[in-house]
Amino acid sequence: MLNIVVCVKAVPDPKEADKIKIDPVTRTLTRCDVPLVLNPLDKNAMEAALQLKELLDARVLVLSMGPPEAGKIVKECLAMGADQGVLLCDRAFAGADAYATAYTLAKGVEKIGAYDVVFCGMASSDGSTELVGPELATFLKIPVATMVQEIVEFGGEWWKVKAALENGYRLVRVKLPAVFTVTREMNTPRTLSFSGIVKARRKEITQWGISDLDVPEASVGLKGSPTTVSDMTTTDSKREAEIIAGTREEKAERLVRKLAEAGVI
Amino acid sequence: MIDFTFTEEQELFRQAAREFAETRVAPGIPEMEETGRVNNAVVKALGEAEMMAITIPEEYGGLGLGYVARLIALEEVGRVSVATAMMLQVLALGIEPIVSFGSEEQKKKYLPGLATGERLATVAVTEPTGGSDVKGGRTAYKKDGDAASSHVRSGYIINGRKCFITNSHIADTITVLAKDEENPDAFSTFIVEGGTEGFKPGHRENKVGMRGCNTGELIFENCRVPKENLLGKEGKGLGVALSAIGGVGRGGMVGCALGLHTACLEAAVKFAQERILYGRPISKLQTIQNKLAEMKIDLEAGRLLAYRAASTQDQGQGRQASNEFAMAKHFTTEAAQKAAKMAVDIHGGYGCMEEYAVTRYWRDAAVLGPSAGTSDIMKVIIARGVLS
Repeated sequence: MLNIVVCVKAVPDPKEADKIKIDPVTRTLTRCDVPLVLNPLDKNAMEAALQLKELLDARVLVLSMGPPEAGKIVKECLAMGADQGVLLCDRAFAGADAYATAYTLAKGVEKIGAYDVVFCGMASSDGSTELVGPELATFLKIPVATMVQEIVEFGGEWWKVKAALENGYRLVRVKLPAVFTVTREMNTPRTLSFSGIVKARRKEITQWGISDLDVPEASVGLKGSPTTVSDMTTTDSKREAEIIAGTREEKAERLVRKLAEAGVI
Repeated sequence: MIDFTFTEEQELFRQAAREFAETRVAPGIPEMEETGRVNNAVVKALGEAEMMAITIPEEYGGLGLGYVARLIALEEVGRVSVATAMMLQVLALGIEPIVSFGSEEQKKKYLPGLATGERLATVAVTEPTGGSDVKGGRTAYKKDGDAASSHVRSGYIINGRKCFITNSHIADTITVLAKDEENPDAFSTFIVEGGTEGFKPGHRENKVGMRGCNTGELIFENCRVPKENLLGKEGKGLGVALSAIGGVGRGGMVGCALGLHTACLEAAVKFAQERILYGRPISKLQTIQNKLAEMKIDLEAGRLLAYRAASTQDQGQGRQASNEFAMAKHFTTEAAQKAAKMAVDIHGGYGCMEEYAVTRYWRDAAVLGPSAGTSDIMKVIIARGVLS
């Protein structure tokens, strides 16, 4: 039996990103009225796990850290087809940066015990640090392959994956247990089904707090986060229209020059 | 205290239905609009997404999720394509009489296929001489084979024509209402399967809106159905047909109306925020805000009526639900027509251009009113309840 853990995150709905503002005084994000959804790349991670479950004797456990409302995205993963869910939820976990998040998730994975493969989305749509996967592997002292776009060989002790590079990919052999962070190109996540939602009624979501993980308070949440955000600003984007005059050739030349100056081409 | 919130599971149903509608239904719309024909890929997708299984009990291959879940699904599908929501709502309308009145054999025979979309259902009541005046229909049946020894098996012979039947040319499991030739006050319902000798779809209607949802005529010419296909008790067919229409048909139209209304409001908001006049978006103008506010008030009021009715139906109070759905049907379909007009108005000249979805919404809205009983008929039903 292959034990797969998928780490997922509840993020403010990217479709309503324009509603997320920065508080000018506290320099933190105000997310009022923006619903939490499953991080889009974590859907790819879920899909990767579920496809393996269809091919192998595998069990998929979904793990998340977040506020109680994050329970709904764990439920969503169960409806997609995961077997069991664990939500790490405690006020002490709040305000965690990537490092403290990875540490807490690692403690969760250790407590789960049986794990061969850990999937993460390559990045979250809100933080976008791409750090949690590799840091999680570091805390667990296991290998990591990042930006995985295809699993080429699987089933044995060594897996071969295609990991994206800027202008190509590299084939990486990884010994299990290992962490894989997946890209959008890896698959097309399945949509929720009504029967999947009904089946999720019978699936369990376990909630663990700081006492369950047996970790010092200073190592989790804001207290365990070495990152300091010194400033946050919003960028203004505005549209500008300009009519380019001249002959056809002149217009083309000026357009190309302007696009090049703007860094578009 | 009354809890007006949806459960986490109901929110997931909504999310699932929305994802389905946006990814599997939306791509089929241009073809449906252009040809007016049913898009087979969309029908197949409805089956694969278990959309027909929602109200079918689990023991017959369905999901047994009831009417709030069905309303959620219809609202979300209708938000993307009212034509598809209409098709879906009538598939459930066709399923309902078998669930509520079918014998164990009939349920086992038809419901599993209807749940997967392998079979497609409808109900045939309306005729040129009677829709809301249901007794005005002339389609008639007589007993077949009882007296005449030449017939191998006993059953019924149906003759007549039905019109304005949604899913007429795609349905293969049809609940047909007919009157007894010898006793015009006695009506019975029969399950007629596609391919039955003497039965064929006739004229295809070319509707102004809900294009891609098939509406047409059904012709019965000495159509022989075996006695096993009698649905419910002989002579009690009006109850079979009317209970399905009252609960499921009206409720389905409410889902279509809410979905359309939501689409109108979303399109109007988007356009109002993008369209610049007098140096700022028209959403800053109070006259536009008035319209948006009215659309929102009507939408939310309609939702309250609709989900209360659906919840009442889920609690097994079908009769009360039927009256509540009459109110919801009147309110939501009228409101959706108003909302479509306002959405078009907010679009100004663009509201006349086919590139803008609001033109489709306006045409679709026109079909909401008469379907499953006009607003005037709803008032008759509502008043009957008030006076009783």
